Amino acid sequence: MKNLIIIAVASFIMASCGDSSNKGSEKSATKNVSLTAAGATFPMPYYNMVFKNYSDKTNVQITYGGIGSGGGIRSLADRVVDFGATDAYLEDSELSEMPAEVVHIPTVIGAVVIAYNLPGINDLKLSDELLEKIFMGDITNWNDPEIRKNNPDLTFPDLKINVIHRSDGSGTTHIFSDYMSKVSSRWEEQVGAGKALQWPVGMGAKGNPGVAGTIAQTEGSIGYIGSEYAFALGIQSASVQNSSGNYILPSIESVSAASEGTIPDDTRVMLTNSDDPESYPISGFTWIILYREQSYNNRSRDQALATVEFLDWLVSSEAQNEAEKVHYSPLPDATAEKAKAILRNVTFNGEPLLD
Amino acid sequence: MNSDKVTKIVLASSSIIILLLAGGMIYSLAQGAIPVFREFGLQFIISDDWNPRSGEESYGALPFIAGTVITSALALLISLPLSFSASLFLGEYYRGTRMARILGMLVDLLAGIPSIVYGLWGFYVLRSFLATLGAPNQGFGIFTASLILAIMIIPYATSLSNEIISMVPNELKEAAYSLGATRIEVIWNVIVPSARSGIIAGYILAFGRALGETMAVTMLIGNANIIPSGLFSTGNTMASVIANQFGEASGLKLSALIAIGLLLFLITGIINAIGKFVVKRMS
Repeated sequence: MKNLIIIAVASFIMASCGDSSNKGSEKSATKNVSLTAAGATFPMPYYNMVFKNYSDKTNVQITYGGIGSGGGIRSLADRVVDFGATDAYLEDSELSEMPAEVVHIPTVIGAVVIAYNLPGINDLKLSDELLEKIFMGDITNWNDPEIRKNNPDLTFPDLKINVIHRSDGSGTTHIFSDYMSKVSSRWEEQVGAGKALQWPVGMGAKGNPGVAGTIAQTEGSIGYIGSEYAFALGIQSASVQNSSGNYILPSIESVSAASEGTIPDDTRVMLTNSDDPESYPISGFTWIILYREQSYNNRSRDQALATVEFLDWLVSSEAQNEAEKVHYSPLPDATAEKAKAILRNVTFNGEPLLD
Repeated sequence: MNSDKVTKIVLASSSIIILLLAGGMIYSLAQGAIPVFREFGLQFIISDDWNPRSGEESYGALPFIAGTVITSALALLISLPLSFSASLFLGEYYRGTRMARILGMLVDLLAGIPSIVYGLWGFYVLRSFLATLGAPNQGFGIFTASLILAIMIIPYATSLSNEIISMVPNELKEAAYSLGATRIEVIWNVIVPSARSGIIAGYILAFGRALGETMAVTMLIGNANIIPSGLFSTGNTMASVIANQFGEASGLKLSALIAIGLLLFLITGIINAIGKFVVKRMS
């Protein structure tokens, strides 16, 4: 009898510890929708912030899994998420492999910084040639004469260079390698651009957080990560030479400068190596991808509407103004307009969801 | 039907279900691996390419097979003196005492630590320690990974050998002592030969565990898709590359990863078969 009472009390306690999410539902009688998304780690600092803002505002719960751009594309192809996120837009060949038509919504612009761990050395300038030689393994020590020639005011230790790249399929890798392919024909030939590459040297870490963590922990390492990761962990970023020959540090202004100019209507374009003399050359959009026809897999209209309404809010000025807080650049107005136009083409059973 | 027959049927069907599961796993792995073998043939097993660039895709399993076998073998080598001494201590010298019981519990505790915790400790403590001692690549590499694997497999090797050693009949040992043998002589000439098959079985088990270990290794080995060039070079293992790249692989790359999984399955099976053969030979 005593055991029975103990079991009854325990199960009562456990049952009442349950669903605390119901507390918010008195706010909106109709919606308690949850959206799932997965993909790039590059925009995660921005996404984490705005997803939470949206949840506080509307009670739509959004869960985001940072599994890399490749993972985001695959999750959307497997139809296990409401939308995916990638820093590498789908090529025509990849688009034709998806089960149905996919549209790209640009959400923010970020900088891929070249982060390094050399205590006491700020203001490292890396020319395109140095970048090529370091990441292809020709220069292996920090006190190499070529590095010193490019940075005459700095003294370098006798320390081996540890190149860190991504071990998983990454849009950040795509942005970086796209830039390298544009400025180095040797890179284009031997390594190329893509989400996963056959790296000549270096070791791999998983995700932007993995690479950033490894750089922060190991002296002498160098790698490419999203700018916010460098800021958050206090890692130095090198200034990179843009196509006009100026050494530019990644900043909100220099990244925005890279996005001036016209972009195609489907917004699939790389922003690397821009012509603008003040631009940071390794900048890029990051996109959210979703199916154009939202009725698939027994999806409800409410779910589809919640998805599209959220994305509409994401490209609006309310969300875009938050980007600077995490050192990302907001979309230029023209791009935001194109994004909104694409969203108005997203349909459910043939009917556009937004007007 | 009487209860005997019912029991027989239930037991038989459970065994058949297990066989079907194992067979089903092999079948689906083989099916997934067909595209890459059709593309590259058996060249896949000995190629050291890993180029995911579309248009010139080329995959090969050799770096991962090499990394897996080298780290596991090295781990076994490192753990051998430690676990053998521990099992002798627990099973022979201090058998039955309170100290042996406590120590045995602590060794078993090592087995209970989740491998990701090993990976974390390895990354922050072991690796930086080895780096300050002068290990290249900031401590990432084959040696560090093997070291952490050795620590992880000690409990498996120790507890099995310990059981077998403590089961050596007292009469044999007493007879040897009565003939004037010293402690060491009894150990080498009586206990070890009599417990040989069990000890080896324990080490095969430990080796098999090391072959499949994923998380701790992937955090320490450097994830470089090359055949390791030296004791301290970076490399990659089969389990580690699958864990890293499975989530976003598709098409030929996915097939390559599944083929690597199949190869890991086969290698583990072969090791177990060799182990059984050796044990049979020795007993």
